Amino acid sequence: MSVKKVNSEQPKNFEFNEKFKSIAEEILKKYPKKNKKSAVMPFLYLAQKQNNNWIPLAAIKYISKYLSMPYISVYEVATFYSMFNLSPVGKYFIQVCTTTPCLIRGADKIVKVCKKKISEKENQISKNGECSWTEVECLGACVNAPMMQINSDYYEDLDEKSTAKIIDSIFKDKILESGSYKGRKNTSPVDTKIINGSEHA
Amino acid sequence: MPKININGKEIEFEPGMTILQACEIAGAEIPRFCYHERLSIAGNCRMCLVEMDKSRKPIASCAMPAAEGMNIKTNTEMVEKARKGVMEFLLANHPLDCPVCDQGGECDLQDQSLYYGVDKSRFSENKRFVSEKYMGPLIKTQMTRCIHCTRCVRFATEVAGVPEIGAIGRGENMEITTYLEKSMESELSGNVIDLCPVGALTSKPYAFSARPWELKKTESIDVLDAVGSNIRVDTYGWEVKRILPRLNEEINEEWISDKTRYSCDGLLKQRLDTPYIKKNNKLIKSSWDEALDVITKKLNETENSLIAGHIGDLVSLETTLAFKKFFELLGSKNLEFREKKFYINSEDKMNYLFNSSINGIEKSDLILLVGSNPRHEATILNARIRKAFRNNKTPIFSVGNPGDQTYEYKIIGDNTQTIKDIIEDKHEFNRIFNTAKKPLIIIGESALELNSGGFIFEELKNFLYQKKLISEKWNALNILIQNASTVGALDFKIQNKDKNNFEFFDNIKNNKFKLLYLLNSDNLKFEKNDEFIIYQGSHGDRGAEIADVVLPSAAYTEENGLYQNLEGRVQECRKASYPAGEALESWKVLNQLTNVYKNRNLFDSFNTLRNEALEKIVNFESLNKLPKFKEPSKKINNNFENENVNINPIDYYFSNSISRASKVMSECRDIKLKYQKSGTNN
Repeated sequence: MSVKKVNSEQPKNFEFNEKFKSIAEEILKKYPKKNKKSAVMPFLYLAQKQNNNWIPLAAIKYISKYLSMPYISVYEVATFYSMFNLSPVGKYFIQVCTTTPCLIRGADKIVKVCKKKISEKENQISKNGECSWTEVECLGACVNAPMMQINSDYYEDLDEKSTAKIIDSIFKDKILESGSYKGRKNTSPVDTKIINGSEHA
Repeated sequence: MPKININGKEIEFEPGMTILQACEIAGAEIPRFCYHERLSIAGNCRMCLVEMDKSRKPIASCAMPAAEGMNIKTNTEMVEKARKGVMEFLLANHPLDCPVCDQGGECDLQDQSLYYGVDKSRFSENKRFVSEKYMGPLIKTQMTRCIHCTRCVRFATEVAGVPEIGAIGRGENMEITTYLEKSMESELSGNVIDLCPVGALTSKPYAFSARPWELKKTESIDVLDAVGSNIRVDTYGWEVKRILPRLNEEINEEWISDKTRYSCDGLLKQRLDTPYIKKNNKLIKSSWDEALDVITKKLNETENSLIAGHIGDLVSLETTLAFKKFFELLGSKNLEFREKKFYINSEDKMNYLFNSSINGIEKSDLILLVGSNPRHEATILNARIRKAFRNNKTPIFSVGNPGDQTYEYKIIGDNTQTIKDIIEDKHEFNRIFNTAKKPLIIIGESALELNSGGFIFEELKNFLYQKKLISEKWNALNILIQNASTVGALDFKIQNKDKNNFEFFDNIKNNKFKLLYLLNSDNLKFEKNDEFIIYQGSHGDRGAEIADVVLPSAAYTEENGLYQNLEGRVQECRKASYPAGEALESWKVLNQLTNVYKNRNLFDSFNTLRNEALEKIVNFESLNKLPKFKEPSKKINNNFENENVNINPIDYYFSNSISRASKVMSECRDIKLKYQKSGTNN
């Protein structure tokens, strides 16, 4: 991973629309007036939500003026967190976890499928423009490794087959349901044994 | 005072000190990269690790407050091992390209790796590479070398007041940059180069031109503005390679402005290295004998009262005095040193000084700017105002709009009526002012240039005197002088004492003078008619352009000279290089001219001239000290006129002949003009 690339094509203007503006004002109320810059992260998140899941530079400027902060400070925050995208991502944005537990359980195979099916490089939008993928650090679902996040949903207990199936469903714009692909309920044990009448791992 | 034990030595420390500061008192040197006395504490380089009793881990001494009874060790095996480990991590991604790095020889990382570095690297992976970042025409970047101490980031936000540098990305991918790689909009930006402990930020104009050990270092002072920042001039042969700040807690701390630092390439360009005489409207190279003969002939031809002289902005005390003596010899009283018609009353010394002193700014509890823009008129002084604003939350007010000053201030009015109201205790502001114990009023030259400049000055002075704010303990009256030569010229009573004291300007406008001697004077604006103009100076600038005879003389780095800064502090500017070509030191030129003109010397030696100059300085205490206080004399009544207080814009990067000759300064100016023209604040 390197410093996030800022997209070369940028919209000229950005402003919160009415709905987001009212949410923003609500967020501002949570902080003391002199500390309104505390709202920078929720604001960046709002901007990303409004602008197809990525933050244009115009939004960084807009937010820094909104919160009376230097541009560079907002930019610092936006580049620090991997959840903020500074260039366009697909309508379906896949984040594959490749941190140790997932990697041990075969995350590299999932990455291979993504490379084959979506795009050769990370953060490249697929040919049909629907989807893009990236490697990320731990998403906190190690029990169900390997896993990936598509937009805001977790797809867990994956293997090459199930990943390919999910990506195919994305290309048809009818995405499969999230959750475990080994039929587990949440984080319940994979193999259950019945000991003395009750279920045990 | 609480006590702390450092390496078995018990010492006392002031409450609030960090362990690192306490160690310094104890004489134990602590290596550091991110810690800097004048910046906030970051604690991210981990080089200052020390051992503390009852702590199993080493602690970062720069960030840990010292406390009573602590037992600190700085020379144990554990400390050394810890520091070696930190150093190994720092060097993991450092390119070790010292042979091609400009910082080589004065690099903190280089010096400290000598003590804590491991001779072999265990890091067999690829080193990271970071692309170069554009930071304007002054700062060269090589960000692969950066060790992320964030000193530059903290300097820009805290001292310079332009939060434009930041660290983007995170972890191993962290990069220091300006927002979208724009140039830094500060007059203090050059200081990040001194702050950078490695070669990540180096000087662009000085790049690859010398190694520090090859340079001859001369301790001197800066004369490009009236602050008198202490500098070190580094020369290689004749060339001034670079100018660095020198620590002086009373004036510039350890910062200097970009104009001070980067004008030095102007000392190599546009130089007058031989006398010139105008023939057929063209300046032709000639010899000293010929040039002095032409001048002598002209001096003899012209009536004494029609001869006038103007002293420029960079002239030393000695040369000013020699020039005055020369005019006494000629029998002419038409001398002037001001470039614009601003009111000044030379009766008391306090009338043209920054009386509160630069250190006093930090003690003040209220600052009122009257028609002044300290950011451009005295950049280093403005850094102090910002420091007071940041550390003490000193409220700042202004009459007139000086634009962005890097701190918040409130405009309380934009016309002279506001000032009159304040003087008459009628303004809202008086309520706040009366509660302040150590207020400070800074009157700029722009205010004194107004028709009611005399009124503003005399009445404000009287107002402060009535309020007992002009005394030996605290003097709230401050004039912000812009030129290094002004205070000295006022001390030597160069000013013509007539009623409106603008006689010189009227005469020059009405073409009354037949012979004009410009002593290093390039900023005087007038229409040339049939006057015969002699220009003596170092650069082929505006003055030389209109001259009939040009006498080449030394620039401020090429001769010894005393200067008085705006506080009235007399400091010595030392000779670091020698005059270009056939040029002579300024006082020598005047002596030579007298030799040809009257067949005798103007003075015997430079030392007698200097002693005489020191004697004539009003209220002189000693070198580098503030002048003595004397009670003010009676006020002079002046007329009031209601007018707008407009602050004259200063062409910051082009304010004197040396800066105008500098390529670097013109680049800075271009960028600034472009920025102003586009009018966007992106």
